[in-house]
Amino acid sequence: MVSIAEPLKFMISFQAVTKIFRPNILALENVSFEIKPKEFVSIAGKSGAGKTTLLRLLLAEEKPTKGQIFFDDQGLSKIEPEKLPQLRRKIGAVFQDYKLLPSKTTYENIAYVMEVIGATEEEIARDVTQVLEIVGLEGRAQNFPAELSAGERQRAAIARALIHRPDIILADEPTGNLDPYNALDIIRLLLKIHELGTTVILATHNKEIINSLGKRVITLEEGRVIRDEEKGRFVF
Amino acid sequence: MLTLIKRIFKSGWLSFSRDGGLAVATCFIMVMTISLATSLFLLKDVSQFLISTVQEKADISVYFKESASEEDVLKVEEEISKIPEVKNVKYVSREEALESFVQRHKDDPVLMESLEEVGGNPFLAALNIKAFQVSQYQAVANFFEAGTFENLIEKVDYYQRKPVIEKIFALTSGMEKAGWIIAIVLAIVAILVAFNTIRLAILNQREEIKVQRLVGASNWFIRGPFLVQGAISGILATIICLLIFTLICWFLSPKIEILFFGLNIWRYFTGNFFIIILIQLAAGIGLGIISSTIAIRKYLKV
Repeated sequence: MVSIAEPLKFMISFQAVTKIFRPNILALENVSFEIKPKEFVSIAGKSGAGKTTLLRLLLAEEKPTKGQIFFDDQGLSKIEPEKLPQLRRKIGAVFQDYKLLPSKTTYENIAYVMEVIGATEEEIARDVTQVLEIVGLEGRAQNFPAELSAGERQRAAIARALIHRPDIILADEPTGNLDPYNALDIIRLLLKIHELGTTVILATHNKEIINSLGKRVITLEEGRVIRDEEKGRFVF
Repeated sequence: MLTLIKRIFKSGWLSFSRDGGLAVATCFIMVMTISLATSLFLLKDVSQFLISTVQEKADISVYFKESASEEDVLKVEEEISKIPEVKNVKYVSREEALESFVQRHKDDPVLMESLEEVGGNPFLAALNIKAFQVSQYQAVANFFEAGTFENLIEKVDYYQRKPVIEKIFALTSGMEKAGWIIAIVLAIVAILVAFNTIRLAILNQREEIKVQRLVGASNWFIRGPFLVQGAISGILATIICLLIFTLICWFLSPKIEILFFGLNIWRYFTGNFFIIILIQLAAGIGLGIISSTIAIRKYLKV
């Protein structure tokens, strides 16, 4: 039995979290779950079920209306703005629309995160080259996002998310804009990152992907957790 | 810290150089604003020059009775010089007045004949008095009305000249007031236009700022490159303005000197060169940095 007083045992803890957007849109209702370090968790649900809101709460982009969220030992409900950068440096985020910086090249986009954490030029050169190889974009380093295909953009976004070795990767519909081949590539990448010891939270409504993973699935419906299974499947 | 500053500058420069169209637009607007600031600075002194030239023309003359001796007049001159409003006093003796009249009208036989007919020296000794301000002539005139020297004085011509002096006074103070109002209005318009241009440029990048926040960049790491960009635009605009004004002053100076006698704008420009650079840099960089800071503020709240 885990009590609220021991948040450290879990990496992430949602405790009766409700999020209401103005004027009265209920995005999440009384959501509670915990995620242990090095877990791979899929958040499943239809569009509008609250998956993105859940990830945005974790990034502290939004604050819960009710309830508590803990990341490591840090409460996110009342986090001060000046502590946000430190929190977000522990997280690697991947979005459906990539959110790459359009005025920077692939290399610069990935290097930016290293610059933010204050890495040296040598570290940046070494790690960015390495991570570009991992995601298979070594030939695209000097291209701008607009010059990349959708799959390449998403791989660049993943490279950016993992370059600083974050504690956790949050992937919000990372395959939403991709064809099945590219989607599979991205999922393989996420699995590889997980095998290397990073916690991964994947929000998706893709049935095939969830069913092929065979990992923990938290299913949301209309903002509520309706299922939380260790080896879950996409069931509606 | 040094690496951080270096990165901010590098990033600011990269954004500036890559964002060609927007950078040119921002620079253009800033050139207009800085030109206006420089023009106001130059015009302020040009108008001051013109106003003081006009004011120079105003004076009052006090004419002494024929019976007044030169010692008496010099004594009055000494007394008048003690009045704080008085800038200078010039004593014109009867002989000098005659001499000056003859010199001025020697080619006019009618006047010269009339002078001969009058016989002797019809001119009176006079003190020409200049005050610092046009408004101070009344105080000088009051001094003579007080009566101390009444028996020596034939007339004070202030009252004949009063309407002209008052007109000059009204005109110059009106010019100054109008100048200030126009300057303030133009400056506000220019600042608003420049501010809005920069605001739009940043609005264009609000998504980018949001992403930077989401990957853990601190506010200064995001704000810094924008400030550098603003400063670069300001510096570039300053250089362009300086070139434009150097050329304008160089080419127009001889023409202006003919139009307004004694006004050498080129000498004034070179004499105040460093102040002008300072004004332009302050206007350019200040505007760039302040506008960026205000415009970016609301996007940093993610």
